[in-house]
Amino acid sequence: MPEPLLRLEGVHTHIGQYHILQGVDLDVPAGGLTMLLGRNGAGKTTTLRSIMGLWNPSQGRVVFDGTEIGGMGTADIARLGLAYVPENMGLFGNLTVQENMVLAARKGPMDNARLDWIFELFPALKKFWRLPAGNLSGGQKQMLAIARAISEPRRLLLIDEPTKGLAPSIVEALIEAFLDLKRSETTILLVEQNFRMACAVGDSVAVMDDGQIVHTGAMSELAENEALQQRLLGLSLDTHQ
Amino acid sequence: MLNALLSGDLPRSRGLTLILLAILVGLAFAPFLFPGTRSLNTAATICVFIVLVASYDLLLGYTGVVSFAHTMFYGIGAYGVAIMLELWPASWGGILLGSLAGLAVSIALAFVIALFSLRVRAIFFAMVTLAVSSAFMILASQLSGLTGGEDGLSYRVPRELGPAFKLIDTEILGVKVDGRLLNYYLVFLASAGLVLLLLRFVNAPFGRVLQAIRENTFRAEAIGYRTVIYRTIAVCLSAGVASLAGSLMAIWLKYTGPDTTLSLTIMIDILLMLVIGGMGSIYGAVLGATLFILARNYLQNLMDIGASALGDLPLLPALIDPDRWLLWLGVLFILSVYFFPSGIVGRLRAGR
Repeated sequence: MPEPLLRLEGVHTHIGQYHILQGVDLDVPAGGLTMLLGRNGAGKTTTLRSIMGLWNPSQGRVVFDGTEIGGMGTADIARLGLAYVPENMGLFGNLTVQENMVLAARKGPMDNARLDWIFELFPALKKFWRLPAGNLSGGQKQMLAIARAISEPRRLLLIDEPTKGLAPSIVEALIEAFLDLKRSETTILLVEQNFRMACAVGDSVAVMDDGQIVHTGAMSELAENEALQQRLLGLSLDTHQ
Repeated sequence: MLNALLSGDLPRSRGLTLILLAILVGLAFAPFLFPGTRSLNTAATICVFIVLVASYDLLLGYTGVVSFAHTMFYGIGAYGVAIMLELWPASWGGILLGSLAGLAVSIALAFVIALFSLRVRAIFFAMVTLAVSSAFMILASQLSGLTGGEDGLSYRVPRELGPAFKLIDTEILGVKVDGRLLNYYLVFLASAGLVLLLLRFVNAPFGRVLQAIRENTFRAEAIGYRTVIYRTIAVCLSAGVASLAGSLMAIWLKYTGPDTTLSLTIMIDILLMLVIGGMGSIYGAVLGATLFILARNYLQNLMDIGASALGDLPLLPALIDPDRWLLWLGVLFILSVYFFPSGIVGRLRAGR
């Protein structure tokens, strides 16, 4: 079996006096889309933030493509090819859409072909190219956040609840965008509460509860097994969305 | 051409364009439009303070770093020139060496302060800069053998920059083309060059990263920017430009003392100028410095005229008595901050 692109081994993270991650073991295979599911407060966001070095794990190992990244600075981790789209999207509201995109392309001017591809994925961005990002709607901001993460080829995208609070039509557009991203063989670790979206785009899945991974497997397997869904996720997922 | 000169950062507002043009024309032709020693001194002070405030804007407006050491760097530049001109009176070499020495010391000191304190929270950086600048002011007063102590240093600039030097015998528009005029244009052109240089920096990708850091340091880190390095560069750059502004002031005034360069009052003035003009835009520094210095230098005269005109009315002449100019200056600042919370440039660019 090939080595995963990202491996977490017994990761513990404390935030103040709270022991949030309690020994997370997770493999993210290269080239696929791994869903990270779980009820609110299970530790999904903390897992992503611990990978990015925004909260340093107190114990355990985070290994990215053979390199131990636990304890490294966030900027250094990002420079290895990881891009993080936080739940609040992390945009720079006073800068224009263009400036947000240019900022993310650290290696120099953006490749035109890649920009055309991004505009195909998210046509709204072309329309509002010179508008401050803070003036965009929630859906457009989310599109910009993801577009910014893929402004250069990345080895791993960490995306936190991209559909939260978005209209169904925007969710559909995001599903299409993720399917397109998958075709480009970008590795993605996606935290999501929208189970329909998870089923539509996920290859593999890890379910968290109380700061630990309690289930891993194929997404299709979980999608077909209602009893398993009920047992692992209870009412935390909105299956009707 | 103009777009390239301004690094693509055009005023983006008709009102702002007109005001900036008026300031540019006013300063470029100040010796001819407003003849007299006092007005020329005001124009030169405006030029130097535009650079000083713009360099502080790079720090506070663009990067979100609060520093109280800006006047220290300004003072280092001024003392650099003053000390060198004391050693080599009236020499161009003294000016050049003093400016370069001030620049080097400022950048080195800024680097050390930034490296030690930018990793901590913003408030601690502000406190460290306040402590260092206070210590430096005391040091400048104590080392009287070198700095002239509380009395400061008076020195001679090269003959070509003094009133005794005549470039041509004929007058232009009734103004003598002497060393004083050359000195003014040296200050004006150097200031214009430094402002254009700052515009280049803030409109380059480097400036965008600084703005990103100002908005959210963690977000900037998460997209791969080592924010401490960028903030350190911004602090050094800002200190370097402030130091050069100090050197220009030293050349113009032919005097350098703690009150004219290192005082905390100047630091507060810089903050006021920036807030009034508008942070995060070099043009804000241009407007803020011009309005502030004009108000400080001429409000008293304006009030004198007003009080004389209203001589027969009750209460009003007493209210605008020239002796109360500081009170009205304060009122004007409060009103400007109230009505222009994003500064005059912010309001003009928003089109309201």
